[in-house]
Amino acid sequence: MDEKLNISSSPHIRDKMTTSKIMLYVLIGLLPATIFGIYNFRHEHAWILVVVTTITAILSEYLYERLMHKSITIGDLSAAVTGLLLALNLPPTLPVWMGALGAVFAIVVVKQLFGGLGQNFMNPALAARCFLLISFTGRMTYFVYDGMTGATPLAKLKAGEAVNTMDMMLGLTRGTIGETSMVAIIIGACFLLLMGVIDLRIPGTYIVTFVIFITIFGGHGFDIGFITAHLCGGGLMLGAWFMATDYVTSPITKQGQILYGVCLGLLTGLFRLFGGSAEGVSYAIIISNLLVPLIEKITLPKPFGKGGEK
Amino acid sequence: MNKYTERLYNGLIKENPTFVLMLGMCPTLAVTTSAINGIGMGLSTTVVLILSNMLISMLRKVIPDSVRMPAFIVVVASFVTMVQFLMEGFVPSLYDSLGIYIPLIVVNCIILGRAESYASKNPVLPSIFDGIGMGLGFTVGLTSIGIVRELIGAGKIFGFSVLPSSYEPISIFILAPGAFFVLAILTAVQNKVKAGKQEKAEKQGCGFDCASCGSKTKCKEQED
Repeated sequence: MDEKLNISSSPHIRDKMTTSKIMLYVLIGLLPATIFGIYNFRHEHAWILVVVTTITAILSEYLYERLMHKSITIGDLSAAVTGLLLALNLPPTLPVWMGALGAVFAIVVVKQLFGGLGQNFMNPALAARCFLLISFTGRMTYFVYDGMTGATPLAKLKAGEAVNTMDMMLGLTRGTIGETSMVAIIIGACFLLLMGVIDLRIPGTYIVTFVIFITIFGGHGFDIGFITAHLCGGGLMLGAWFMATDYVTSPITKQGQILYGVCLGLLTGLFRLFGGSAEGVSYAIIISNLLVPLIEKITLPKPFGKGGEK
Repeated sequence: MNKYTERLYNGLIKENPTFVLMLGMCPTLAVTTSAINGIGMGLSTTVVLILSNMLISMLRKVIPDSVRMPAFIVVVASFVTMVQFLMEGFVPSLYDSLGIYIPLIVVNCIILGRAESYASKNPVLPSIFDGIGMGLGFTVGLTSIGIVRELIGAGKIFGFSVLPSSYEPISIFILAPGAFFVLAILTAVQNKVKAGKQEKAEKQGCGFDCASCGSKTKCKEQED
């Protein structure tokens, strides 16, 4: 009888999902890519960079909140997600202190200075990646695989050279720690889709728009090999499934999410085909992050009874 | 504190154009890639500011109120042209690195702002000191931003390597985003220092020294 009479104030319908649970699922979703990346770059000791970057992110959140006398929020795991995502976006040969510097930048400048989780205007991990990319261009674009230096598949693709699409799909190639294996990323993404943490709207429209853009402007027409290489190469998969879908920096309205995905696809295609460098996912995502308030403004649903034809 | 040193103090610390008034942000952000650029820009602005403050103050009873803006611009533009030619002749390397920002001193808000709010209402000598104070405040602001950016972004100060060669420069600091980071952090630091001082002063209570008090406008509002 007691359970039927709920006398607490609204809201009465509660979800079992919590921030820390979502973040935990994201961490689990990132595990396949992380484990594969550490295995793939075992000669470069990628695990040290991953561990140090993640721990620095957590530690800098703790220290900042301690110093500013705020409540400590490392328990919600969002700092761990940021740190891990950043690490997966770094080349395995990067000096460890640069990864740590990036983690401090992500947490302190991009996240905490704007008010902590939920207030950051762009994805902290990607902002830090771009910070490092601008600061240490040479180091951030120096890729080694199996002890051999060389161009990433995307750079080869841009130069018109042949690439091994099968290796790219499995991830046995050069790139940042977490981006190489499409298979590992898709496994993690499927887990997130099944748990209901993300839905297909943003990644789906992102990838479809990108494919259409590549087909029209890529110069190869509808060439399956070329398109697959573009989809598997670089950070497109990691970005589409794990970073474009970040709750804080993506639109909450349904049409908004579709518009956001289209925007991401167009920008990525534009940067990859016509830009100076071979990769453009991180810039595409952070620029679209900045457009989110505008997208939400134009896709704001009208409340029942307001607006409509006069 | 007499009127002249008060003007210097006002320009350098109390109303520092870079960190407090936030005036002249365009050259502040654009040219401070190195300490020498900062000091060069600051000093050339100082020269123009002193001369234009002096001339405008002399002419303050001649210039009709309705055309004062064009008149100020003409005065400032003539001095900027002189400074520009002198710099091109004697410090060509600095002239090249400052580029378009030298002619743009004409429209620098600090210069027009001081002409409008101080020089056009006050006698010549205090106006000159106001120009010196504000100009030095601007120079100090630009140079400190330049030093921090050059140190972190290139490992040098005034072109001399001060950090060991193993230091890997964080080159974002000598690019545009670094200007915003450094300006924001330095402003925050000086606000923190000033906030501490003000708290102390408030605890000590009002000494009825209205001339050098930071919150005298509040007192006036209360009296009204």
